[in-house]
Amino acid sequence: MSTPHASDSAATADAAVPKAALQIVQQAVDELAHLPGALLPILHAVQDRLGYVPEAGVPLVAEALNLSRAEVHGVISYYHHFRSSPPGRHVVQVCRAESCQSRGAEALWAHACSRLGCADSDHGATNADASVTLLPVYCLGLCASSPAIAVDDRVHARVSLPRFDQLVAPLQTQEA
Amino acid sequence: MTAKIRVFVPRDSAALAVGADEVAQALQAAAGEAIELVRNGSRGLFWLEPLVEVQTPAGRVAYGPVSPEDVPGLLAAGLLQGGEHALRQGVTEQIPYLALQERLTFRRMGVTDPLSLADYEAHEGWAGLRRALAMDSAGIIHEVTHSGLRGRGGAAFPAGIKWKTVAHAQAVQKYIVCNADEGDSGTYSDRMTMEGDPYVLIEGMTIAALAVGATQGYLYVRSEYPHAVATLNEALARAKAAGFIGDSVLGSGHAFHLQVRMGAGAYVCGEETALLESLEGRRGIVRAKPPLPALKGLFGQPTVINNVITFASAPIILARGAQFYRDYGVGRSHGTLPFQLAGNIRHGGLVEKAFGLTLRELVYGFGGGTASGRPIKAIQVGGPLGSYVPEDKWDVPLDYEAYAAFGGVVGHGGIVVHDDTANLARLARYAMDFCALESCGKCTPCRIGSTRGVEVIDRITAGGPQQPQQVKLLRDLCDTMLHGSLCAMGGMTPYPVLSALNHYPQDFGLSAPDAPQAEATQATQAA
Repeated sequence: MSTPHASDSAATADAAVPKAALQIVQQAVDELAHLPGALLPILHAVQDRLGYVPEAGVPLVAEALNLSRAEVHGVISYYHHFRSSPPGRHVVQVCRAESCQSRGAEALWAHACSRLGCADSDHGATNADASVTLLPVYCLGLCASSPAIAVDDRVHARVSLPRFDQLVAPLQTQEA
Repeated sequence: MTAKIRVFVPRDSAALAVGADEVAQALQAAAGEAIELVRNGSRGLFWLEPLVEVQTPAGRVAYGPVSPEDVPGLLAAGLLQGGEHALRQGVTEQIPYLALQERLTFRRMGVTDPLSLADYEAHEGWAGLRRALAMDSAGIIHEVTHSGLRGRGGAAFPAGIKWKTVAHAQAVQKYIVCNADEGDSGTYSDRMTMEGDPYVLIEGMTIAALAVGATQGYLYVRSEYPHAVATLNEALARAKAAGFIGDSVLGSGHAFHLQVRMGAGAYVCGEETALLESLEGRRGIVRAKPPLPALKGLFGQPTVINNVITFASAPIILARGAQFYRDYGVGRSHGTLPFQLAGNIRHGGLVEKAFGLTLRELVYGFGGGTASGRPIKAIQVGGPLGSYVPEDKWDVPLDYEAYAAFGGVVGHGGIVVHDDTANLARLARYAMDFCALESCGKCTPCRIGSTRGVEVIDRITAGGPQQPQQVKLLRDLCDTMLHGSLCAMGGMTPYPVLSALNHYPQDFGLSAPDAPQAEATQATQAA
């Protein structure tokens, strides 16, 4: 269900979100709202396309699914995967679960924070030039080859500190 | 040059993570004319990945671990004829790590091209489904029940009984849901199955659908597994186009539609009722039971919800008969479990064996000890909610009951090894911290207890005259969490915590264990 009125009011609610982004939200809603339990598929589609789920898009999703905005917001904030603001140009995930801990993941995490200039936070952090968002992840399923990381959509295992530097070097020097 | 030589380079995430794509490209560039490159699943010998195999008259010959830089040298050494080289591991099937396994559920893993329907069919694919189509619901359920198959996700509930409950429920719509939210550190057998043999999972779910009369199924896969999602989606499209699922399963008139849904990074969604909430489009909050999902599950309808490996075990049970599967294993733990060796281990990988072997056989016999070369200090069995198993239990046979008897859990078969540099007080603190981070918040023991647990452990490790009191407090807290939590998240977080406290008191700054045996028994009762 597309309602021009809803998208207009949403756009004025958050001027920083361009109209194009809201069109993408509306597009995801139009494609997927018919599915049973459509909320997560819609949020995934939005985040896959925009990199985040803009707050201003929440009313569009809520209206289409006959939910309150609070319910949609509640789902976005509950799941670690969804974010409400744009990430850095690249996303680096470092596994901090037991298996990787047994192979030095804590040292790798500390190294990643300082190497990338990201704050040490359980919820992840973006560095000053917004080139990289560093996120903790609890298992990438590569536990026989720990420690493991993901750089954007590529996974890497047996990651030593020098190997980490090698993998992230292009992220800060090139514009994506 | 007549026939091209088949060369295999895995497409499993764990192989990609150590450069399998680059190796495949190097091979294609250097020998593209002479070879047919197959992107197979992984054999599960991860210390040898990327593992390149070449089809020879003597069988498939393995080389690994291969880097792109090795490719010219390998080709010069006669890789395509199975020639000698420092990286040559011999005929793959004769590598002891593989030859000593009992691969039933994983019998095609690494052998076939995961997306090739022809490969699947040529390796006993769809045989179970075809047999199921010739049976009635009661017949299928009898086979699954008699096989002794129990839920492989960790709870070990008999699969046949769950299916029977759903089959007997009266409803217009029933569902099959696959729990593929494999969040436990140290486990990857679900991921391997989805990436390396997806049709076996589709076949297993279809058999379940026939057994209970369901027409719609969902695969709930965690968002950390994008490769698994992509492979499954492609496999579903091909299986549907070929008529194995869809409006009429193999022309039988039975409809079964399957969809992949992605989780969003919430560990607790591995709990079945939280998963159902998530599938319905809500926060993954645990539901109180009863009602059981078998009677009121997805969208309030009767639902079979099982783990990936449970469904993936159904085809061989139907194809070869319940007795064949039942004859593997010990006691009430029938069949095989794909154990996953992980953490600080020299030969990490997937070992499918009948229940009844010991941790020592797995970790030393298959695993070869630690990767660091240092002594093993602790082994966590059964995921983040499993106990740290001390050395005097390493010879206990791995079966559900024998492990429960000492307060351990076999769980999903994940085994994480730590060497003597590990600090078990830190790992116990991490368990509480992780619970605080991932708790859904519905019940108080889990939501509040986990945060208090972190604080109490910090006070214990700080030492001082308050220490004995704080230890008592931690035990009381664990007791409350064990018995008062709504699900395994809060209810089992005490397992790693108490086992660490009982068996590694020195790491908490304690001189001796206070009362280890009593607490371990308590843990058993809660399981």
